[in-house]
Amino acid sequence: MAASNERKKLLEVSGLTMDFGGLRAIDNVGLDIFEGEIVALIGPNGAGKTTFFNCVTGIYEPTQGDVKIHPPGGATRRINGMKPNRITALGMARTFQNIRLFPAMTVLENVMIGRHCRTHTGIVRAILGGAATAREEKESVDKSYQLLKKVGLAEVADEFSRNLSYGAQRRLEIARALATDPFLLLLDEPAAGMNPQETHELDALITRIRDEEKVAILLIEHDMKLVMNISDRIYVMEYGKEIAQGTPQQIKENPKVIEAYLGEEAHA
Amino acid sequence: MTHLKRSLGIGLWFMFLTLPLMVVRVNTVSSEVEWRWANLVWAGLCAFAIAWLWQFSIERRAAKRAQVAADAHPQKRKPTLAQRLADDPVLNRRVLLGVGLLAMAFPWLVSSGQNFYHVNVMVSALIFVVLGLGLNITVGLAGLLDLGYIAFFAVGAYTYALLSKNFDLGFWTCLPLGGVMGMLFGIVLGFPILRLRGDYLAIVTLGFASITKIVLENWDTVFGGAAGIANIPRPDLFGIELDGRQKAIYTYYIVLALVALTIVVTNRLKNSRVGRAWMALREDEIASVAMGVDMAQTKLSAYALGAFWAGLVGVVFAAHNSFINPDSFTFMDSAMILAMVVLGGMGSILGVIIASLALKLMPEYLRAFAEYRMLVFGAVMVLMMIFRPQGLINDMRRKYEYDTADKEDTDGGK
Repeated sequence: MAASNERKKLLEVSGLTMDFGGLRAIDNVGLDIFEGEIVALIGPNGAGKTTFFNCVTGIYEPTQGDVKIHPPGGATRRINGMKPNRITALGMARTFQNIRLFPAMTVLENVMIGRHCRTHTGIVRAILGGAATAREEKESVDKSYQLLKKVGLAEVADEFSRNLSYGAQRRLEIARALATDPFLLLLDEPAAGMNPQETHELDALITRIRDEEKVAILLIEHDMKLVMNISDRIYVMEYGKEIAQGTPQQIKENPKVIEAYLGEEAHA
Repeated sequence: MTHLKRSLGIGLWFMFLTLPLMVVRVNTVSSEVEWRWANLVWAGLCAFAIAWLWQFSIERRAAKRAQVAADAHPQKRKPTLAQRLADDPVLNRRVLLGVGLLAMAFPWLVSSGQNFYHVNVMVSALIFVVLGLGLNITVGLAGLLDLGYIAFFAVGAYTYALLSKNFDLGFWTCLPLGGVMGMLFGIVLGFPILRLRGDYLAIVTLGFASITKIVLENWDTVFGGAAGIANIPRPDLFGIELDGRQKAIYTYYIVLALVALTIVVTNRLKNSRVGRAWMALREDEIASVAMGVDMAQTKLSAYALGAFWAGLVGVVFAAHNSFINPDSFTFMDSAMILAMVVLGGMGSILGVIIASLALKLMPEYLRAFAEYRMLVFGAVMVLMMIFRPQGLINDMRRKYEYDTADKEDTDGGK
């Protein structure tokens, strides 16, 4: 933690609590993310990780607590209860645990939707056309195509996204999120359903995104190998509460975590 | 063999089912029971034939699907005619030019002297083409199921009727006003339903259409009640006097121009940032919102734009018929327009045009089989949905031109 403090804080979550009726899904959770970091959020199923994501990205409005962002070159803002599209426009993009692509749109169009919040063509300009509109359209196409190249999907740019393999769909989601020009990327179980080879490639891809795009990454993941490999810091949740945080090494040795989550696996 | 057996079974079952209806008849005059055994044989044979055909088609469809699934190179699959049209600009332009010329020449080819029945039929059909294309924006592109679309059509029609009756405004002034009124109603209705989806949305829109119709029917001091409004002036051409045929042809060209305008506008929107946002919203609302699409704005714009075309063409409808009453705006019409969009293929402009023309012209020219035309019509719809649920034209893939060259650092600076 000490070393990270010198860097700029991007996301600051404190005292986050989310109730669904009488059920407290998240209880007073805090989390910070600094520039250039890969942070993992782990925990057993039902620990509230995805709910946490939904609170941060505006899908849910948290019952209590603060979600603040400090965009690089922008003012600090509290984003509780802000609409998801505005949060995305501010620079946080996410992927989904259960893949949520636009199946009847082509791969390229899927990524172009990510460009939506960075482009401005309205109805009138779309109807009338004109040079500025055409330029913006071309920019969006080119940028999207370059992103597809980055994730290795350029060959299938004109395919419908529903025809892609599972691993490719996951990568497409990442490309789509990157198209929104985020400073923080939130990945919800990016390796779910991937085979070891695909997971390995994903590992490299995530690190590359952090290094090349200068994007910090927060990920939820169950694949311990991936998490331990690429994370700078790890937060552990159980039953909606944060039970530990630290470097992968610290987490591996934390008795609470071992008891709650890693169990025998860690001893082996 | 199983097919034959099963069809035989179905045939027998139908013979049994239709026995009381088709065979037994009580002659009330002579108090005798007539047994019409020939009918039984016919019912059985027909059921057998249909059942056999049915199973054959289902099997063929399954085989075709398996073949598609097994295709290792989906990219190399033979493109459909529609896909070729979309991909090849030269072919596209030629076909467009041909269809355009044909459409321009149409009224002169089919009408003469006092006989301009076909022109009038075509005007009605083209009005529905515009309606189909308008609803295509709301339902086909943005995925907002609207069962009350006809209400916006009524708004446009009544706008013109009332303005011309009370304020003596001409057709050309009212045409844009009708569109704007439709759009305003679309926005007003759009606000409360922003949170609704699918079936719930459909029911609310249905309710809106009923309310509109009931208001039109009962507020007779303003809207003329069930008697409607008569003597609505036809479109004027710089005050030149036109005879019946010329009027019909003139109206035809007006609608044709509107159709062309709708096509151009929808096409542009469809392939723009706005259209992509609509489609994304249709495909997955949560994902599109998470990707930065403003749901409220996008839904409202789709709603308002769809309603705009209905309002616009409502004015033409009122002018063309020169009489309107609430009976022209029933739920049946809404359902018909929705059927055009669904049969044509959600979101496909060409498909919707073909389906609108077919659905409007078919009943008109099937009048010879007057008693059966709705039966045939219903059967066609059922069959379409079973064998081509994606509509007449689909599977279109828009190709974008992109630079395949590597670029250094596309991010950051922006």
